[in-house]
Amino acid sequence: MRRAALAVLATIVLPGPLRAEDGGLASVQRGYAVYAQVCSACHSMRSVTYADLSGIGLTPAQVRAVASAVSVPDGMGPNNKPKRRPGRPDDHLPIPFATPEAAARANNGAVPPDMSRLALTLAGGPAEIEAILNGYADPPPGVSVPPGSYYNRAAPGGVIAMPPPLQDGAVTFAGGQTETVPQMAADVAAFLDWAARPHHAERTRIGVGVVLYLGFLAALLFFLKRRIWINAKQRR
Amino acid sequence: MTARLEPGPEQPEGMLPSTVDRPAGERFGHAPTSPLPPESAPLLRWIDARLPVISAFRREYVDYPMPRNLNGLWNFGAFVTVALLVLLLSGIFLAVNYTATIADAFNSVEAIDRQVPSGWLVRSIHMGGVTMFFAALYIHVWRSLYYGSYKAPRELLWLTGMVLMAICMGAAFAGYVLPWGQMSFWGLTVAMRALSSVPLVGTPLAHWLLGGALADVALHRIYVLHFVLAFSTLAVVGLHVMALHVTGSNNPLGVEVRKPADTLPFHPYYTVKDGVGLALFALVFAVLIFFLPGWLTLPDNYLRADPLSTPADITPEWYFAPFYAILRAGGGIGVPLAALSIAVLFVLPWLDRSPVRSARFRPWYRVLLPVAVLSFVFLGVAGFHQPAGLWLLSSRIATAIWLLFFLLGLPLLTRFEPRRALPEGIA
Repeated sequence: MRRAALAVLATIVLPGPLRAEDGGLASVQRGYAVYAQVCSACHSMRSVTYADLSGIGLTPAQVRAVASAVSVPDGMGPNNKPKRRPGRPDDHLPIPFATPEAAARANNGAVPPDMSRLALTLAGGPAEIEAILNGYADPPPGVSVPPGSYYNRAAPGGVIAMPPPLQDGAVTFAGGQTETVPQMAADVAAFLDWAARPHHAERTRIGVGVVLYLGFLAALLFFLKRRIWINAKQRR
Repeated sequence: MTARLEPGPEQPEGMLPSTVDRPAGERFGHAPTSPLPPESAPLLRWIDARLPVISAFRREYVDYPMPRNLNGLWNFGAFVTVALLVLLLSGIFLAVNYTATIADAFNSVEAIDRQVPSGWLVRSIHMGGVTMFFAALYIHVWRSLYYGSYKAPRELLWLTGMVLMAICMGAAFAGYVLPWGQMSFWGLTVAMRALSSVPLVGTPLAHWLLGGALADVALHRIYVLHFVLAFSTLAVVGLHVMALHVTGSNNPLGVEVRKPADTLPFHPYYTVKDGVGLALFALVFAVLIFFLPGWLTLPDNYLRADPLSTPADITPEWYFAPFYAILRAGGGIGVPLAALSIAVLFVLPWLDRSPVRSARFRPWYRVLLPVAVLSFVFLGVAGFHQPAGLWLLSSRIATAIWLLFFLLGLPLLTRFEPRRALPEGIA
């Protein structure tokens, strides 16, 4: 129930097709919608908070709206009944299963990995995530797929425990438009790449300034050093 | 009844001696070599008469005579010092946001990376700082080896440096455990297994260090160990620099400074040279943390530690890779061999008794030392590969070269190596 509410709200508050210069962020934002409506049913992103979503271009008001659509546990109320409250920006993204055991029970024994750093810890990075989402197909003749598993071209060994998560039109975006599986796969891979390296853009931007500054400083010091060492020859 | 002290003739009761505001050195019978110039501010002279830190600083860091022929390799001591200070400072900021429990260590590091303002930058500086520190340290040690900076009268300078290196290795290892990722956990497991394999003392030592199991107690102790080792380096750096300023710097020719014309004052000549070097050092540092952050840690360490899931290959940080390769190549005697590979450095001044310092005047040492050091670098590469087949064989050969160079090669060179004529002086 709360996941559905979150998904609906996410699609309402997320800006629609963005301006061309924000093309990268638009894909990441659509990727968040795919995560919120599909992936988050089984996968946690326990390191990420709603406030972190300002990194994909959400305004503070949008962050508050997305967070408050979720109901989070809030200790015990009177009569020892668990209390809930609307989410706040500093809350972490919801965890779908209470324990790893519950997660395994609900998923044929395989625990869906946390996705906070998935694009970093998978050997193939975001490209592998995209390939797996696009890799579902009917098994070729001669390949037997054990029950509870699915054939996937991109998975190691051709078999994966995750059922095909995406169908064309499964996710509704702001403005009501839908997307194809390859488009959604690219978007969610972009979102998970952001989540795994959330400061990549800022890191590069600051780095250019720091390197220019230090390069200039090194050049000035080099000329200063040459001038000072001219005197060394006269000190003999 | 107590005897009343008689005032001395030079110090009438109730009056201070008239020499009180003279420079401290004059009153104690020897003048500082760098007294304050007469035009310096009265406050500075007042302070220096009571606590001569200003004239001492001038003596050691302004007028201090340095050999005039030092090359760029003599910059690396300054690099190591600055990298150490950067590590200590950034480490304090990380420590105030870190939680040393099994349940929360990984989460607190993720929070530093994601939610703490500029936390990602401070953590990158800390992780990149370790790589810059060890890179500069290894080059600093290489310079000492090549130019014989460990020889008389600099044996204690060398030994304090080796103690520093050992402390920093301990601090670096403890620090890598703290994020409690997969490599933290499994690296610690490998190290504890290695420690426990030491006869008699190993198992009790591992128990004493970690309290039996890899639980909260162990992580908390490793956190304390990381801090204590890191900050204790400050005292040893002090000893290292004091020893350096007693003997003076060695130089590329390896002959002692003989006359004032052989030297230049530390300031401005070597302050500005260190300045250029440090700007370039910072530039490399910046490129590393801003454009190559993937080099700073293994992706597996972004996976929460899981005692039930062993990584396919447990790999160390690059600065431990040579020792890890020796550990794995040695089989049953891997641990003592790895310990020996460092221990030979501690006794180096007594293995190499040749009176010639610089490799420039030692034709055989000049060839054999690079062979030994390249073997060591090769071991660093081998540390990232499974110890099997060619990698295992070549690791064993490289280990043998490294150890034999010190234990057999250097004593033989001392006796049989021909010497080239040394120059009269350095100017």
